[in-house]
Amino acid sequence: MSVIEVKNLTKKFGDFTAVDNVSFSVEKGKIFAFLGPNGAGKTTTIKMLTTLLAPTAGEVSVNGFHLENQRDEVRKSFGIVFQDPSLDDDLTAYENMEFHAVLYGVPKSGRQGRIEELLKLVDLSDRSGDLVKTFSGGMKRRLEIARALIHTPKILFLDEPTVGLDPQTRNHIWSYVLDLSKKEGVTVFLTTHYMEEAEKMADRVVIIDHGKIIDTGTPAELKEKNQSASLEDAFLKLTGKDIRSEEANSMDTLRSHARAWGRRR
Amino acid sequence: MSAVYILWLRQLKKYIRSKPRIIGSLGQPLLFLLVFGFGFGSIFAKSGNGNYIQFLVPGIVAMAVVFTAIFGGIELIWDRQFGFLKETMVAPVSRFSIMVGRTLGGATVSVIQGVAVLIISFLVGFRVHHILLVFMGLLFMFITAVFFVGLGTAIASRMRDMQAFPIIMNFLVMPLFFLSGSIFPLDAAPKALQVLGRIDPLSYGIDGLRYAFIGTSSLNPWLDLLVLSLFSAAVLLIGRRLFEKMEA
Repeated sequence: MSVIEVKNLTKKFGDFTAVDNVSFSVEKGKIFAFLGPNGAGKTTTIKMLTTLLAPTAGEVSVNGFHLENQRDEVRKSFGIVFQDPSLDDDLTAYENMEFHAVLYGVPKSGRQGRIEELLKLVDLSDRSGDLVKTFSGGMKRRLEIARALIHTPKILFLDEPTVGLDPQTRNHIWSYVLDLSKKEGVTVFLTTHYMEEAEKMADRVVIIDHGKIIDTGTPAELKEKNQSASLEDAFLKLTGKDIRSEEANSMDTLRSHARAWGRRR
Repeated sequence: MSAVYILWLRQLKKYIRSKPRIIGSLGQPLLFLLVFGFGFGSIFAKSGNGNYIQFLVPGIVAMAVVFTAIFGGIELIWDRQFGFLKETMVAPVSRFSIMVGRTLGGATVSVIQGVAVLIISFLVGFRVHHILLVFMGLLFMFITAVFFVGLGTAIASRMRDMQAFPIIMNFLVMPLFFLSGSIFPLDAAPKALQVLGRIDPLSYGIDGLRYAFIGTSSLNPWLDLLVLSLFSAAVLLIGRRLFEKMEA
């Protein structure tokens, strides 16, 4: 049974086609990895699946709900950890969790228990009352993962959840994800640039490049098909060795402006 | 409804936790109050207009409200750039309720700043006309704040970063402030200034505030309230359209 169903999904920005007639499905309870070089269309696809961006064409159903006309049901069906941080640094860990719980209509009676339970699962119980700005990158990620699960979603989207973290923390994050996905029975949809992570974690892999799906299968199948020793080799064979340009990012200039305007971040 | 409440609460918590911002945004109104108040006081009195501090304080209180409010709206850019906006945008709540929550939060914070300036102005000799009318003043401060948070939100939803912030302050907010009759009586100003003042939404807020605080105004305060409310409603509707089209 598939929990995400994508048919002929396309997104154009002017003349540029970011996602080009993509179709795939994600099986319930499985860990699904969506891989591709920079600019391949991964984040654009996730943005469409999570209602942040309207598709140019195509059909998407999430947890049996249609993207087009059942947006709120779709939104209740998933939790997401974005590529970039999305916590409020000026609130405590608990307040960030509570904010999410209220927005998602988690009933007040069960709210506190649920938040405490999840904070415990990611080992942040003792930091519950601390401002998020005092947290390390790994702690913030853990908090975001816990937050994404408060409303007991059916699907958890993880868009490069381990980028910029050291190997120890990355290992930890994945063991939390495995643990939580088992405990909560949640389907995981992830993207990552670390192929060994995808190889270890994923039940099924889709490789996308230039907006098109170029291969799909289990990690073992992909290795066999492409006669590679590792998923990384297979990935490089499929997508080539050229370096892709990274999207321009004005974050750094903005951070300095934010400082200039007297906000401490 | 609970989404509106939690967004309102967030603005308030963030405000209370940023002490430098509270003090920093009191600095400018206090500077205006002291320098203008005592600098022009004797000239104002000699020209037969009475006590300048009494005249000036409603304008300075409005200044604290307006500057805090416009910033509260433009802050949306930070929420977007630092990612928190996405968290609210994927939640199963309408964008309009997100905007309403933010706006009410920003407006509440602005009124608190205005009240802080009002309290400080008692120290330099300001006296209100009637204590009960102060509550009417709070209403004017709140609706003025809603207008400027809404304006800030509308602008922010079309802006990519903070580069344009000084332009907005110097070419929009400062002119609106100076043309509103905040620091000089519009009635005695040249015709052109009076006309500009009449199309400045803030002039209705300040006129109403002046009635509430010192008991005199150039228009009927109920007319002030009506016009100001219409301006605020209009800016909220425009802001709503822009905010709904905005990409996280």
